[in-house]
Amino acid sequence: MIMSSVDWKNYEPVIIPDIKDLHKIDVYRKNGGYNGFKSVLTDKKKWPEQKSVIDEVKAANIRGRGGAGFNAGLKWSFMPPADGGPRYLACNGDESEPGTFKDRKIFEYNPHLFIEGALIAAYAMQVTTIYVYIRGEYKDYIDMMQNAIDDAYEGGYIGKDILGSGYDCDFYVHSGAGAYICGEETSMLESLEGKRGYPRVKPPFPAQKGLWGRPTTINNVETLAHVPGVIKNGAEWFSNIGAANHPGPILYGISGHVNKPGVYELPSGIPVLDLIDKVAGGMRNGKKLKAVIPGGSSTPILRADMLDGITMDSDSLRTVGTMMGTAGMVVMDEDTDMVDMLWRIAHFYHHESCGQCTPCREGTGWLEKVLLKIKNGNGEIKDLDLLLDITTQMEGRTICALADAAAWPVRNTINRFRDEFEARCKKSVHAVA
Amino acid sequence: MKQINKIMAYEFTKEDLDEIEKIKAKYPEVMPATLPVLWVAQKRFGHVDPDVQKLVADTLDLPHSHVHGVASFYTQYYKEEKGKHVLDVCTCLSCQLCGGYDILHYLEEKLGVQKGETTEDGMFTLNEVECLGACGYAPMLQVTNDKYVNHLTKEKVDELIEMLKDGKSPEYEKIGMPQRENI
Repeated sequence: MIMSSVDWKNYEPVIIPDIKDLHKIDVYRKNGGYNGFKSVLTDKKKWPEQKSVIDEVKAANIRGRGGAGFNAGLKWSFMPPADGGPRYLACNGDESEPGTFKDRKIFEYNPHLFIEGALIAAYAMQVTTIYVYIRGEYKDYIDMMQNAIDDAYEGGYIGKDILGSGYDCDFYVHSGAGAYICGEETSMLESLEGKRGYPRVKPPFPAQKGLWGRPTTINNVETLAHVPGVIKNGAEWFSNIGAANHPGPILYGISGHVNKPGVYELPSGIPVLDLIDKVAGGMRNGKKLKAVIPGGSSTPILRADMLDGITMDSDSLRTVGTMMGTAGMVVMDEDTDMVDMLWRIAHFYHHESCGQCTPCREGTGWLEKVLLKIKNGNGEIKDLDLLLDITTQMEGRTICALADAAAWPVRNTINRFRDEFEARCKKSVHAVA
Repeated sequence: MKQINKIMAYEFTKEDLDEIEKIKAKYPEVMPATLPVLWVAQKRFGHVDPDVQKLVADTLDLPHSHVHGVASFYTQYYKEEKGKHVLDVCTCLSCQLCGGYDILHYLEEKLGVQKGETTEDGMFTLNEVECLGACGYAPMLQVTNDKYVNHLTKEKVDELIEMLKDGKSPEYEKIGMPQRENI
């Protein structure tokens, strides 16, 4: 058993610290807000050129918090040299993966931290316009972000000749209108361009041809909220928080059958069982833990007996065949019906498939139909193998990862709870023995 | 003749047109204004049926087919008239685990409609929807693309329905971070 050395009990939150009214620009400024952005714009000794900012963020190893876990600074370095034309930063606040509800906390409690992070990113990549794409259902948070952006314009942090540096940048909110697929980065670009959210074929990657054919970088909102801390305290400070290969603070969203569900800011690398028992107050009604989905509905499910010594970071989770995802953890107790639960996940992906690629459009539908048949007690054992077969015909055969996201939970839930699925199926009439 | 009158009935006000100009200024082209202008239209007319879609297309000088394609892709645009209040009950994963279906079925019984239907008096449309991003506060529903009502119980549903019938709207429910004292 691996013991975790992460000291999460004494952790002081930095993304959403315990400061009243931090969403107001004056309070944010009083607490050192916008100093990081100011320093990259004006402190030419510390930040002689844009590249030095990118290098620092790359060294910090902020792994993308939207689910893919790619080093943010490395992503920034893919932007081609500036040619005088427009360049874009698109911030992903679509947040639609079931189990994920973290970015809304940033919009509500610390929007200026995200704005500052986005502005630092924009300056480092010489971006001319920033868009933040927020899911349409978050109407209240869209309004809160708009207010914060208006205040930042008024404070001179956005607009023309920012803080007298000669750097110009605009910042706009773009509201979605109800489509999970728009959280996929190229689909989000299509949606920003005013079209149906169909993911694009890559290459060309957005850094080469993004919004309106111009260089574009896409980052998750939480990823950008980590940037001001790295600029103020250095890459080393950040990479010393939590697990070595997946460092930094994480906004954990815990939901399901726990006593205190909610969003918690803690370092990466916390033991999964501590997160459930100590942070989220343990299981509801004294029930036994049955299973955990660690990072949003697409990440493979874990049985309770697989959790010993497993910590919330990509390396540890990989050893049990799952992923960090968005750190939106869904906890299930002993009474949970795995067939019903999996059918509901399949129903979600079928509803949200954009319909562009055949394996996903048809595959998600068949997964749902076959699972419904089993759920209603009409399935046969061979249907389980049919489901597994469908997943292999979907995975890796489509433009974006939605097909994979739909296939993984089906394959892993069946493999890890096979007895329960078989018990729901009709006994075979063809048995020989 | 009736059809023509209906089309003519849909017109943006001066205020809307000013807002549309502001929206257009955010983007280097006109097409990106499609989603936000559909929102403006839905706010004004309560839905974006094919006639409203045509108005949006003509206002932006875009093909009708483009606007129809966009409106039909996104679930939050109402492609037909809905009840005065639309109740979008989340039943996805965390909400399912915490009783989202109990809430949906309770509302079906209470309002005397099935999901997807509107009550006879035109007051309520009941929908089952996918994850709304309030997983820690399940079960929950959203009222007409606006306020979230969290931690639902049958009693809370009863209160909500009474409140909406009285012409009042639910308020924003602030939910803090459980590990903090001040927020």
